[in-house]
Amino acid sequence: MTELTIVQAINRGLAEAMRADPDVLVLGEDVGVNGGVFRATEGLHKEFGADRVIDTPLSETGIVGAAIGMALYGLKPIAEIQFVDFIYPAFDQIVSELAKFRYRSGGQYPCHVVIRSPYGGGIKGGLYHSQSPEAYFAHTSGLKVVIPSTPADAKALLTTAIHDPDPVLFLEPKRIYRAVSGEVPDGELRVPFGVARTAREGADVTLLAYGAMIPTCLQAAETLAASGVQAEVLDLRTLVPLDEAAVLASVEKTGRAVIVHEAPRFCGFGAELAAILAEKAFFSLKAPVQRVTGYDTPFPYALENMYLPNAERIVHAARATLAAG
Amino acid sequence: MTDAPALVPLDYSAHTLGELLGPEWSDSLVRAFRWMTLARVLDGRMLALQRQGRIGFYGPATGQEAVSVGAALSIGPTDWVFPGLREQLVALARGHSLTTYMHHLFADDRDPARGRQMPCHPSAREVRYVSMSSVIGTQVTQAVGLAYGLKLRGDPSVALAFFGDGATSANDFHAGANLAAVWNAPVVLCCTNNQWAISVPVEHQTAVATLAEKAKAYGLPGERVDGTDIVAVTSRLRSAVARARSGEGPSLLEFVVYRMTPHSSSDDPTRYQSADWMARARARDPYLRLEGLLRTLGLADDGSVAAWREESDASVRAAIAEAEAAPSPVPESLLTDVFESVDGRPAPS
Repeated sequence: MTELTIVQAINRGLAEAMRADPDVLVLGEDVGVNGGVFRATEGLHKEFGADRVIDTPLSETGIVGAAIGMALYGLKPIAEIQFVDFIYPAFDQIVSELAKFRYRSGGQYPCHVVIRSPYGGGIKGGLYHSQSPEAYFAHTSGLKVVIPSTPADAKALLTTAIHDPDPVLFLEPKRIYRAVSGEVPDGELRVPFGVARTAREGADVTLLAYGAMIPTCLQAAETLAASGVQAEVLDLRTLVPLDEAAVLASVEKTGRAVIVHEAPRFCGFGAELAAILAEKAFFSLKAPVQRVTGYDTPFPYALENMYLPNAERIVHAARATLAAG
Repeated sequence: MTDAPALVPLDYSAHTLGELLGPEWSDSLVRAFRWMTLARVLDGRMLALQRQGRIGFYGPATGQEAVSVGAALSIGPTDWVFPGLREQLVALARGHSLTTYMHHLFADDRDPARGRQMPCHPSAREVRYVSMSSVIGTQVTQAVGLAYGLKLRGDPSVALAFFGDGATSANDFHAGANLAAVWNAPVVLCCTNNQWAISVPVEHQTAVATLAEKAKAYGLPGERVDGTDIVAVTSRLRSAVARARSGEGPSLLEFVVYRMTPHSSSDDPTRYQSADWMARARARDPYLRLEGLLRTLGLADDGSVAAWREESDASVRAAIAEAEAAPSPVPESLLTDVFESVDGRPAPS
């Protein structure tokens, strides 16, 4: 075990995968000599060389398109999009190409690419260094969407992603890249996709979240505990595939659900969760499902702390579910 | 009204052909003509079947066959092809079964892609013909990425990326040409300029005089080639492929051709093409130009041309009969191949 931050754990996961398999390579903007603007690829260029740690021209469609070609050939490319806010030039490659290669070729052309990208607010990044676009990608059949919230999960889920045969979008909660540290097992450890993690057990209300909202939910759960309310915090870990059974089991136990994400509310991932609960856990619910999310606005700069869900808003929503019945 | 321009003949001596195409030149040209004959027959039959409602869509390649056949004659079995809409003949000429392709056109259960794509979007792994989308230009960056992989592993194969004149305005052409040059990737960018992006003529697509000169901005060699001249196509492509294979780097070839049909079975070119377009196109018909050359060289006559056409007719008829007898894709195929590890969603817990 080693005490690591999330970004260090990602770095460790990348290095170990590259050491174990010469087909694994990394490409993106500033990932080489500079080690990435968040230092996620620090040291890789020195250890593995410029051919496997590729500083690309500034073109996201080029990065993902080229990664697709590398994967078609049999390599295991890990593409970095420097901030997920800049992923849209590659949206066509991701949605039209990467996610559909296997299906449209009848399995002749599997296309295993991992795209890593920091997402989310809380770093004073304004409109274009703060967004949470996970719903666009979760909506795209053929893509897996993974969002870790702890250092151990960051490394283990990344390792699973690198060995998974399908395309994976790996969104990294940059707000807690360094704010959260924890014990990370040494050596290769994988966490299977589609298995949620109970970050805190509780019997009164379920907080459903992922990524950087997990520490915020844990903080809210502490506040609730002080007034005798036991909140369960379920860390989804992977949005696709979704651990629907874990979501249902927790909400059937507590009878109350608060869904938390940074992205805007309208058609956000929380809408899917709420729909699943309405379809499959309706008779277990003691109160209407609550959503605590970003606002239906672009992401603001000066007022980002108002925009982002915080423990106070989560506590308020949890209390609303308790007051309802 | 002026008379329609006469066919522009291919004027090559046997000696020149030997120099340009090597000692096997006569076999190569006869093979090329037989493939072009097949393509002509196929386009005619499939457009008719589409009109009869027997297939859903068709994108003909009439007028562009020399580029596809020339490509097939210029590469080896381990090289990779990233096609656009009108390059299925590359797959067929490299050994993809006509019957399998027909199953694709009929979108039936024997289509390797289980009828998921529109016709003319085949996937033929066995001849390294990469699955294509209908999105314009995305294959260019993909071909460059694959070529990077070839170089990384020391694989002496090359990649060919095909795209049209319209694609040179799209993001991935720019991104791909730039990456190809920066990485010195073993790829040949093959722009088949048929002078139309559906209804938009190439002069509205770009302000440069030739698409080949765009190469200069990326630090690539670029060359404009008469894409209706099978000899020019093959000799220039072989040079570009040899250059890529030897590590000297990528290049851009612009093959100027004439689209002699509607964009697709869904298009009506009388809405936007002038009356003399087809007359000018016919003067550069690659099939007739090669036929003329073969006749001049004594490699073809009325009898052999008719026999080759009958041979193609028979194989297309047989393939159609087999495909029409095949069942529709099974309902289960709707849900498979989305993921390898987990088909469909949600995943098991």
